[in-house]
Amino acid sequence: MKFSEAWLREWVSPALDTQALADAITMAGLEVDAVEPVGAVFQGVVVAEVVAKSQHPDADKLNVCQVEDGSGEPVQVVCGAPNVDIGQKVPFARVGAVLPENFKIKKAKLRGVESRGMICSASELGLEEGRSEGIYVLPQDAPVGEDFRAWLQLDDYTIEVDLTPNRGDCLSLRGMAREVGCATGTEVVEPSIAPVEAGHDAQFPVAVSDEERCPRYLGRIIRDVDVTVSTPLWMQERLRRSGIRSIDPAVDVTNYVMLELGQPMHAFDLDALKGGIEVRRANADERLTLLDGQEVVLNEDTLVIADQDRALAIAGVMGGEATGVTGETRNLFLEAAYFSPLAVAGKARNFGLHTDASHRFERGVDPEITRSAMERATELLIAIVGGSPGPITEVTQPAHLPRRPDVELRRERLSACLGVRLSDEEIHRIFQSLGMASTAADQSWHVQIPSWRFDVSIEEDLIEEVARIHGYNRLPVRRPQARLGLTTDDEASLPLRHLRRHMVSRGYQEAVTYSFVSPDLQALITPDAVSPALANPISSDMSVMRYSLFPGLLKALMHNLNRQQHRVRLFEAGLVFQGELDELVQTPMFGGLICGSRDVEGWSAHRDTVDFYDLKGDLESLIALGGQADEWTFVAATHPALHPGRSAQLCRDGKVVGWLGALHPGIRAQLDIKPEVYVFEVEQAALVQGSIPQFKPLSRYPEVRRDLAFVVKEEVEIAPLIDAIRSRAGDWLTQWQLFDVYRGKGVDDGDKSVALGLTWQHPSRTLNDEEINQLIADVVEVAQVRFGAKLRS
Amino acid sequence: MDHLPALVNEAKAAIAAAEDAQALDQVRVRFLGKKGEITALLKGLGQLSPEERPAAGERINEAKQALQQELEHRKQVIEQAAMQARLEAERIDVTLPGRGEANGGLHPVTKTLERIESLFQHIGFEVAVGPEIEDDFHNFEALNIPAHHPARGMADTFYFDATRLLRTHTSPVQVRTMQSQEPPIRIVCPGRVYRSDSDLTHTPMFHQVEGLLVDEGVSFADLKGTIADFLQAFFERDDLEVRFRPSYFPFTEPSAEVDIQCVMCQGDGCRVCSHSGWLEVMGCGMVHPAVFRHSGVDAERYTGFAFGMGAERLAMLRYGVNDLRLFFDNDLRFLSQFN
Repeated sequence: MKFSEAWLREWVSPALDTQALADAITMAGLEVDAVEPVGAVFQGVVVAEVVAKSQHPDADKLNVCQVEDGSGEPVQVVCGAPNVDIGQKVPFARVGAVLPENFKIKKAKLRGVESRGMICSASELGLEEGRSEGIYVLPQDAPVGEDFRAWLQLDDYTIEVDLTPNRGDCLSLRGMAREVGCATGTEVVEPSIAPVEAGHDAQFPVAVSDEERCPRYLGRIIRDVDVTVSTPLWMQERLRRSGIRSIDPAVDVTNYVMLELGQPMHAFDLDALKGGIEVRRANADERLTLLDGQEVVLNEDTLVIADQDRALAIAGVMGGEATGVTGETRNLFLEAAYFSPLAVAGKARNFGLHTDASHRFERGVDPEITRSAMERATELLIAIVGGSPGPITEVTQPAHLPRRPDVELRRERLSACLGVRLSDEEIHRIFQSLGMASTAADQSWHVQIPSWRFDVSIEEDLIEEVARIHGYNRLPVRRPQARLGLTTDDEASLPLRHLRRHMVSRGYQEAVTYSFVSPDLQALITPDAVSPALANPISSDMSVMRYSLFPGLLKALMHNLNRQQHRVRLFEAGLVFQGELDELVQTPMFGGLICGSRDVEGWSAHRDTVDFYDLKGDLESLIALGGQADEWTFVAATHPALHPGRSAQLCRDGKVVGWLGALHPGIRAQLDIKPEVYVFEVEQAALVQGSIPQFKPLSRYPEVRRDLAFVVKEEVEIAPLIDAIRSRAGDWLTQWQLFDVYRGKGVDDGDKSVALGLTWQHPSRTLNDEEINQLIADVVEVAQVRFGAKLRS
Repeated sequence: MDHLPALVNEAKAAIAAAEDAQALDQVRVRFLGKKGEITALLKGLGQLSPEERPAAGERINEAKQALQQELEHRKQVIEQAAMQARLEAERIDVTLPGRGEANGGLHPVTKTLERIESLFQHIGFEVAVGPEIEDDFHNFEALNIPAHHPARGMADTFYFDATRLLRTHTSPVQVRTMQSQEPPIRIVCPGRVYRSDSDLTHTPMFHQVEGLLVDEGVSFADLKGTIADFLQAFFERDDLEVRFRPSYFPFTEPSAEVDIQCVMCQGDGCRVCSHSGWLEVMGCGMVHPAVFRHSGVDAERYTGFAFGMGAERLAMLRYGVNDLRLFFDNDLRFLSQFN
């Protein structure tokens, strides 16, 4: 809602300057977004009359004019505007005037002819955006010699209020004035609106078939109008200062009344209407060309204003092109109606429309203002376009008008909610200023709700009103009271913040990437992924929900590689979305990637680049945080995004909970990522599930370590080999180390040597050689039988 | 015997001249060894008369002890010198950087969220989370935003179909918590939220923290106290001015927008606060009875308050970030500034 301060002050004028007024409005809960001067800063401009005009002797496009500016002597001025003419009243910048952007008007010679001043256009005075076509021609009654700023009341501000959707009642000067009155304790003066006497008794029949959606419809004929006259400047200016362009007197007046009283109205060309008005639902596939030229296909849910033949307008949204007012219009049919919010809500949007009318009807227009608005519009119209009004035709179904039952406000509830007790006097003052009659009872107040307050129907609504007008910042401040109770803390579960910090200490930066990704990138990385797609994405490369953390992390990697960041270590925690909507699983994941050198570049660092085991080491360390590393296995497996020979599933207790591996070289090529990249993702649930440590007594007896080197075929996987060895190494095995994997001299081609250190310790005695030798024999046997391993001599 | 003083002097000179432990030991052997010159004198005592023997023996022993002391002393000097030399030789440049992995860092949004969570956890709030793909009921209906309500226009929603959408706020978590838990309830709900808006000051995804306190006897005064405490604690400014402006959210009533004195200009007016001296930082209010009804909480017995804030907004103010979009570029040069 945008309006002029001067206009508001005609209704209510608290003794506050502009900024203080705006602050008061904001603090009443109607947030002022902007306060802007209605015109640019200038001075020395007066109203003048062009009294003579002749062609410039040396320039085709220039005129030499004489203007009367009230100083007594005509002033000579050279003017380049094509529309300048004798008899015009114009804004005239005298020599010495200062126009916007500090443009000083001086005596000048234009192609040899003296020019003393400048005839101004609207844009030169900051009254129009862009560049005006020609000079600003003022109405004939503009007083010559008067200061232009003062005459047009340009020392005024446009106040723009960002209204919350519950306050439809403030979408008018009337509503804003009421609020300002309340907030500042100032009296509000409503303009008096008297019924206009009918000049004839012609009526246009009105029938309402959907009374629920249109409980009230008023119409009136105005005959013999001349809409070719121009709207008075004062009205044009008020509209302009409220952000509405002047169109023609009929439209301007309906807009003016809408701004003033909050009642959207419509003027039809009566001669384009047939039979009578019917307010009805549209027929399926009924078509209507709107005022903006758009043809829409209506449906049975659309309420329309129709005549006997066709739909003329979408009720409460926009009129139709065929029946709009034109320069030829001689007779008007003026409409003022109350459409219920549900009749209009969502309808405009269905047609891609949002109009001043729909905005108001959706939020609720005062159903009791209809007749005043009709009278007000009639009065203003005939003053401008002449003509003769008929009587008002009204169809009202009182049963369907919104009811505003009285609301009970319990004293106890009010003080419990706000933490303060207010006197009856204060309460009455507040309600009275809101236009609400209140009576006090023992336990409560009884409050009548005015017709314009669609947002007040329950006790809490009244509590809010009391708090708002009393002032939020005058209400008491307290700290919540609570009983101190410990909450349980699951020690075995690892907080996500520990996982995050662990990654940080291993050199990873946390990334936050969008949860929606490009379908192309997702298809490249996880071709079989099924994840929900947005119906209204912001762009196609953010249109499907991520199935995996990989696409977002890779996008972040590419961003950094493109900015000369070669060593990248990123992790992210967030949901992935797997499955169709109906079987959707939203799983918290933890993922990351590494790329570039293993070590931070430095004087003692190696230049090697990262490999699979760097990432695996980081992951193992992350897993170990939970204290249950034994439950985890890494199983060679293929994933479409990963190098088939360098990828593994992460399993916990045999269940697949994640992946790690080298990004597939084919994908790297397609994404134009040069260096190798290693990625992982694991379900957070698996990572955070830890254990509570269980103490085992320390043995006082010596431990025995034996180192064994086996030769196995290259394709033998180490983990199952070690598992088998451990399972046969007896209960007293306390530690094992894989201290070497060797290929080369001394080992046949296609074989590798695997060196293990095994450590035994008995809890209650010293182990003897025989026992150890037997265990070693067992271990060697299982390695040989199951893996073809030979003990290396 | 008469040459004892000369011998002692000779020995002392030799000790003083010994440059290292080995040379010193040779001196020891030469004079005090089994066949040493002083030892030989002791051995020669037998040739003296019994009357002469005690005095001579004493003189020789004194000389021997003196030399032993000299030797010991010299040994220490030599060892110290050797240690000194070794230490000198082992000197390194301690200004060279240390070895190993550099630290990474948390995302500034995570830092902010964790900070907010922790401030509230200190007064007994728990952290609650929920799904990001929500249904119409939890995101709108239960929060008193029926279909076609103009308030739906307050958040431009991403939809999947007629009823499923990306949550536009973390308020659905409040509903889910109230549905499953009896009051008293004290939760904060951090997480990602989505609105189809993208320009200089909006990203289609951002983070919110919402809070909810439901108990008997909770009032607007408690809300004001909690919010003011929180903002002063978050910005570590005891004197930070906080003001409450009436506003509208369908799920709270009374509702308020919360402004703080601009933390950039201390309220003098600057570009960040549009020269108003105030910054809008969060919304809050008393839980609307319709929300209680939808969530199965007895609105006559319990009252509560809820609040919500944007994590990016607070992070920008706290850390001085001037471009919202930087949060989601994941540029290492940006991220590492928060390490």
